Amino acid sequence: MNFNLSLIVPELYFFFLVLVLMIQSLGTREWKPEVEKWLPFGAGLGLFVTIAHYSVHGSMFYDVYKVDMMSQFFKIAIAFGFFVTVLNASRQPTLADEKRADYYMLLGFSTLGLMMLASSVELITIYLALELASYAMYATIPLRAKSKGAAEAGVKYILFGAVATALALYGLSYIMASQHTTYIAELATKNWTFADSPMAVVGLCLFLGGMFFKLALFPFHFWCPDVYQGASNETAAYVATMPKMGAIVVLVRMAMFLKPGLEITTLLAVLGACSMTFGNLSALAQKDIKRLLGFSSVAHAGYIMVGLVSGTVEGLAAAAFYALAYLVMNLLVFWIVSRVASDGRNLELSDLNGLYKKAPVLAFSLAAGAFALVGLPPTMGFMGKFFLITSAWDHGYNWLVITLVVNSAIAIYYYLSLFRHAFTEETSPNAAIAPDNGWFASAGAGMLAAAVLIIGIIPAPLFNFAITAGKDLFGLAISGGAHH
Amino acid sequence: MDFGYPVLTLLIAFPLVAACGLFFIKAAPVVRYYTLAVSLIECLLAVPLANFKLNAAFQFVEKIDWVHQWGLQYYLGVDGISILMVLLTVAVLPLCVLCSWTYIGKREKEFHFCLLFMTSAVLGVFCALDLVLFYVFWEAMLIPMYLLIAVWGGDDRKYASLKFFLYTLAGSTLLLAAIVAFRITGGTFSIPDLMQQNFSFRFQFWAFLAMALAFAIKVPMFPFHTWLPAAHVQAPSAGSVILAAVLLKMGTYGFLRFCLPLTPAASEYFAPMMIVISLASIIYGGAIALGQTDIKKLVAYSSVGHMGFVTLGIFLFNQRGVEGALFQMLNHGIVTGALFMMIGAVYERSHSREISKNMGLGKYLPGFMFFWGFMALASFGFPGTNGFVGEMLVFVGAFQQSTWIGFLCVPGALLAAAYMFRVSLKMAWGKPSTAKNWKDLNAREWIYLTIPAVFVLWIGLAPTPFFKIIDPSVDKLLTDFGQRKVAHVETEQPVQTAANDILSVFAANK
Repeated sequence: MNFNLSLIVPELYFFFLVLVLMIQSLGTREWKPEVEKWLPFGAGLGLFVTIAHYSVHGSMFYDVYKVDMMSQFFKIAIAFGFFVTVLNASRQPTLADEKRADYYMLLGFSTLGLMMLASSVELITIYLALELASYAMYATIPLRAKSKGAAEAGVKYILFGAVATALALYGLSYIMASQHTTYIAELATKNWTFADSPMAVVGLCLFLGGMFFKLALFPFHFWCPDVYQGASNETAAYVATMPKMGAIVVLVRMAMFLKPGLEITTLLAVLGACSMTFGNLSALAQKDIKRLLGFSSVAHAGYIMVGLVSGTVEGLAAAAFYALAYLVMNLLVFWIVSRVASDGRNLELSDLNGLYKKAPVLAFSLAAGAFALVGLPPTMGFMGKFFLITSAWDHGYNWLVITLVVNSAIAIYYYLSLFRHAFTEETSPNAAIAPDNGWFASAGAGMLAAAVLIIGIIPAPLFNFAITAGKDLFGLAISGGAHH
Repeated sequence: MDFGYPVLTLLIAFPLVAACGLFFIKAAPVVRYYTLAVSLIECLLAVPLANFKLNAAFQFVEKIDWVHQWGLQYYLGVDGISILMVLLTVAVLPLCVLCSWTYIGKREKEFHFCLLFMTSAVLGVFCALDLVLFYVFWEAMLIPMYLLIAVWGGDDRKYASLKFFLYTLAGSTLLLAAIVAFRITGGTFSIPDLMQQNFSFRFQFWAFLAMALAFAIKVPMFPFHTWLPAAHVQAPSAGSVILAAVLLKMGTYGFLRFCLPLTPAASEYFAPMMIVISLASIIYGGAIALGQTDIKKLVAYSSVGHMGFVTLGIFLFNQRGVEGALFQMLNHGIVTGALFMMIGAVYERSHSREISKNMGLGKYLPGFMFFWGFMALASFGFPGTNGFVGEMLVFVGAFQQSTWIGFLCVPGALLAAAYMFRVSLKMAWGKPSTAKNWKDLNAREWIYLTIPAVFVLWIGLAPTPFFKIIDPSVDKLLTDFGQRKVAHVETEQPVQTAANDILSVFAANK
C-alpha cells in the first residue's frame, strides 16, 4: 500500500478546514471570529495550496487514488470554485445565523468529496467520493430560512440523487461481474462493444447515470431547475457549478475507453444532443433567472459531451477547458444574481431592468457572463465552445457538432434577454430592493468578468495545462494496468 | 515597410483603449470632444497606410502565435481589397461623432464607447488573416451595434435590435462551423495558406453554403434583408451611418475574401443562384423604396438594391464586375452614409422622418438641399459622381457576362433614379409644413457633409488612384479563381454529392 501524504496536501488542507468548521459548528454561538470573517481567507489559502501543489504526481492506496495533471487541473478549478462560492455566500441573507458554521462545513465536505473524486481512478473509490460530495449537498439545499420551496428542492434532490446513485451502484456490480476489475486503467483495455460484453455495457450506462445526475444531463436533469429555484441563490451557485466539476473529471477519465463508434459512445452523443436541445428550448420559456440558468446548464452538460465522444487528447482537453469555462461563467452570473437579489429573493428577468444605472459594474459583468454563456467572442465561453467543435469535427460525430452549433443559435435569445433587461430596459418605478452595489460586490463581479474576458483572449496557458493533462491521461491508457 | 511599430494593431487597439478613457469623463460635452479627438488621432494613425505598395501581396503583416495547439494565430494584413475598407471605416468614425453631436440625448458616454468599440471590431474584420480571429471580430461587432439600436434607437428599437442580433448571429454560427471544417480539412486557419489549397467540390459545396448564408444575411441579400429596414429606421443617425457605410460591407467583403478564393468551384456552381438573388435584391429593393413615405426607410431599402449591385458584380467573376463591386462598396459607404447623416440632421429639425413633414426645404434650407441633391445624384449613379463609376463597371461586367443579366440590371438603375427623384422633388419643392422656422446647416453639418462630397467628386472624376490600389488584388483574385476553378472541372455531379453529403454528415464517417 503506497502511502505518501505529500501527494494529498490539498485534500488534507481541506479536511483540516472542514474539521475547524465542524468544531465551530459544535461550539458556542459567540465563537469569535465569526465564520464569515475567517473562512474566505481559509478558502483563499486552500486555492493557493492547491495551485502551489500542482506539479506533484503519484498514486496512493493500491492505486485507487491517482494524482496526475488532470486531477490537478480539476482540483485547482474546485478550490477556485470553493473560494468564490464562500465569498459569494458570506453575505447570504436567507441563512439563519446559528446555522452558518454548519452550512460552510457542509460545503467544505462536499468540496473535499469533489477533490477526492478528481483523483479517483477506480469505480468504488469514485462511488465513495461521489457520495461524500452528495450527502453534504442533500443537507445544504434546504437551508434557506423557512422556505417551503427549499424543503421541496431538498427532498427532490435527495430522492433523485438516491435513485441515481443506487443505479450507479447497481451498474458497478455489473461492470465488476463482467470485466473483473474496477480500475479505470484496466477497464480501458477491455472490450466495450455490446456484442462482446453486453452486461458490462449496461453496467457502464447505469454507472454513468450517477455522473449524469450530478452533471444534470438529459434525462437525469429533472431535479436541476427545481433545485436551483428552491435553494438560496448562494447555494444554487454552488450546486450549479461545483458538483459538475466532479462529474466531468470522472467522465473525462472514463471517456478514454469510449472509442468513437461504440454503442455507449453513440449513446453519450445522443444524450448530449438531447440535452442541448431540450435544455435550450426549455430555457427559452423561463422568467425566473435561476430556472433559466438551470435549463441552460442542462444544455451546457450536452455541450461537454461533444468533447468526450471524440475520444482524442484534444477532445478531453477541450472538455476540461470547457468545464473550467463553465465554472467561471456560472459563478460570475450567480454572483450577480446573488448581489442583485440583496434580500435573497428569487430574481425574475424583469428585476434586472435598469441595472446599468443602479450598478454599472454588475451590469457590465453580467454582460460578460451572458455573452460567455452564449459563446460570443472574445470570452472564455467562445474559446471553450470553439475547442469543443474543433476537437469533435471529423471524429465521427459531425452531426453532434452541427447540433451544438444550431443550439448555440437557439440559446442566443434567452441569454441576450439577460443583457437586454440589464442594459436597455429602464427601471420600473415599483422596483423592489436595490442591488448590493458596494465595493465587495463590484470587485468580485469585476474580477470574475475580467477572468472570463482575459482567458477568452489569451486561452493558451490554461489550454496548455488541459492538453498536458489530456496527454498524461492517454499515456496512462496506453500503458494499461501495468502500474499496480 | 517596417515602421518599427505594428500599424494595424495600433489602428485596431487604439479606439478600444481610448474608449476605456471615457469612463473617467463626466461631462457630456467633454465626452464628445474627447471622442472627436480620438477619431481624428485614429485618422492620423492610418496615415502610414499610404505606404501601401501597389501590388496584390498582403502588407503590414503581423503574425503572432495565439493558441499553438490549435494553430490559432494573431495574423493581420491588408491587400488592395481590404485597405479601402479600412480607410473607409477610419474616415467614417469622425463623421459619426460629428453627426451625433446634438442627436444623442442620453448616456453619451456609453454611446461613444459603443462607437469606438465598433470601429475596433470592424477594423479587425477587415484586417484579420486568420479565420478565427476574423470570426472573433465579426461577432464582437454585434454587441455595440445591438446596443446602439436598442438604447438610442426609435420607438420600435427593441424589436429591431433583437431582430438584428438574432438574424446576424444565427447566420454566423454556421460560419463558425465552416471555419472549423476548413481547419480540419485544410490543416490551418491562416487565410493566405488556405488560398493555396484545393478542396474537394463536395467540401466546397457545404463550406460555401455555410459561409454564404452568414454573408448574405449581413449584406443583406433578398430574402434575408428583413432585419435591415427595421434596424436602419430605428437606429440613431450614427448607428445607421456605420451600419450602412461599413457593416454591410463586411458581408460582401466576406464573399470576396472567403467564398471566391477558398471555394472557387462552389462559387462557380452557385453563381447563377447568387446572380438571380442579386438581381432580385436590386429590383425588389428599388421597387419597395419607391413606395416609402419614410425617408429613412426609403434609403434603407435603397441599400438593399445598391448592395445587390455589389453582390452581382462579385459573382460575375470578371475584372469589371469585381472592380465595380469594390467601387460600389466604397461608394455606398460614402453616399448612403451621407444620406443617413442628412436624414439625422433634418430629423433634428422636424422630429419626423415622414417625407410629408420635411417638404419645402429648397427655399428655407438651400444648403441642406444642395447636399441632398448632390448625394441623391451620386446615389443613382449620375455621371461625374462616384456612383456612376461603380454602377457603370458593374453594368459593363454584366453585359460582358450575358446580355440578359445586363438587361435585367437596367430597371434597377431606373428605379433608383425614380425613387431618388421622387423624394428629392418633394423635399425640395413640396408644400412646406414648418420648414420656414428651421435653420439651415450649421458649421458642424457643413463639415461632415463636405468631406463625403469631396470624395464623391474625387472618385467620380478621377478614379485612377483607386483603380491602382484595387487592380493588382482583383487581378490576382480572378487569376487564382480561374486556375483553381479549372482544377475542379472533372469533379462528380454536384447534385448527387449533395444528397450523399447530407447523409454522411449524419452518419459516423470514421
